[in-house]
Amino acid sequence: MDSILETDRWESTELTPAELGRYARHVTIPDVGIEGQRKLRAARVLCIGAGGLGSPIAMYLAAAGVGKIGIVDPDVVDLSNLQRQILHGQGDVNRLKLDSARDTLSEINPHVEVETFPVRFTSENAREISEGYDLIVDGTDNFATRYLSNDLAVLTGKPNVYGSIFRFEGQVSVFSPAHGGPCYRCLFPEPPEPGQVPSCAEGGVLGVLPGIVGCLQANEAIKVIIGIGEPLIGRLVHFDALKFRFRELKLRRDPECPVCGENPTVTDLIDYEAFCGMPDEVKETSADLKEITVHDLKARMEKSESFLLLDVREPVEAEICKLPNSTMIPVGELSERLGELPADKDVEIILHCKAGGRSAKGLQILLDQGYTNASHVIGGINAWSVEVDESVTLY
Amino acid sequence: MTVRVLFFSLLQDIVGDSEIEVSIPDSGDGTTVTELLTTLYEKFPKLRDWESKLLIAVDCEYADKNSTIKEGQEIALMPPVQGG
Repeated sequence: MDSILETDRWESTELTPAELGRYARHVTIPDVGIEGQRKLRAARVLCIGAGGLGSPIAMYLAAAGVGKIGIVDPDVVDLSNLQRQILHGQGDVNRLKLDSARDTLSEINPHVEVETFPVRFTSENAREISEGYDLIVDGTDNFATRYLSNDLAVLTGKPNVYGSIFRFEGQVSVFSPAHGGPCYRCLFPEPPEPGQVPSCAEGGVLGVLPGIVGCLQANEAIKVIIGIGEPLIGRLVHFDALKFRFRELKLRRDPECPVCGENPTVTDLIDYEAFCGMPDEVKETSADLKEITVHDLKARMEKSESFLLLDVREPVEAEICKLPNSTMIPVGELSERLGELPADKDVEIILHCKAGGRSAKGLQILLDQGYTNASHVIGGINAWSVEVDESVTLY
Repeated sequence: MTVRVLFFSLLQDIVGDSEIEVSIPDSGDGTTVTELLTTLYEKFPKLRDWESKLLIAVDCEYADKNSTIKEGQEIALMPPVQGG
């Protein structure tokens, strides 16, 4: 495949002697040469996400000499990110991820222009943010943004270098209907139900896995920029870190794909949170759900009032920290384990989880089952750790 | 006829294994992915929650529900993952 860059773009790009020295091991490879390095220098790559995948992607692309790297991510660095997000270090905790990313990338290669967008990537800002970029690299952590990145890439004719991870497994592909391959929607036309697929925060992920998968994405980005080898267009690679097995699936375009098919019905960016079923969930879980603060909970505990404190996290989380006298039933098992709760549906139940999301879901389950006196703790055990008792581990 | 079915990611939690052999009734000249799924749903009812949400491949090539499958083929069922 030819380079995705137009010839005049890289032909007008020169490398300084300092850059030539820096990229000596690249220009020595016949398939790359000075020409390939000039293409990298001319390229502009937009990375969605500065987390587990975004870290190796941005770091290796910076080291490789990609001229401009844009990164979108609204988050701040959390201690639990450091197990895999190597853009950030201990001193970056509570900093904006993109401030940390800019420092790291500039240290790796001062010749790279870094543009940061510390905002959520949305249908409203995606076109403007991506303008001027040649390539999108999807390292995001949720389905709504993945469908957004995909549709944006299809509608603007840019390749989308896709990667995603879960526990010990990763998927990589290059979606580019402009080059004859399928898009993400050809594979997964329907998103899963909200909550059906756990996030890395809920399900966990081996720290080194995004390192491997993100490096594969960076490799594909470099190939399509230089125009060498066989890009992963029309193929999806699945990596199983436990079995150490790479499995390649041959893909094909879906002529009925709503965005890249013959008669597309999606011709502009849509509301991806609605598409992925998120507003309904918010509606269900925000209305009529009684909330209490960690201070209320502490006061209630001190008065030794009688209520059931129900911890709906996973058992392994309770080994990190837990509240006294709590009963544990993970939210995913709650519907099947209602028999373990008091038969009297008027008894008071207070649910908590890590941050308040799962306890809201659990509360809705109890309300649907006719429990009349249930509430959940805003901010979960993390709020307890910050506002009530620092000795409880924040994770 | 018998085929080998590979389960990825969360499907392994439902099935309890990463690959199994499945026998499907057929008339001799193959059957379809739909027939296989019907057989699997009977054995593992929770798989039905993933109807229309899986990437399916027969012998490592993309397949849809109407695709034909034959004796000895390997069918991969892969759910989407979102983490990054």
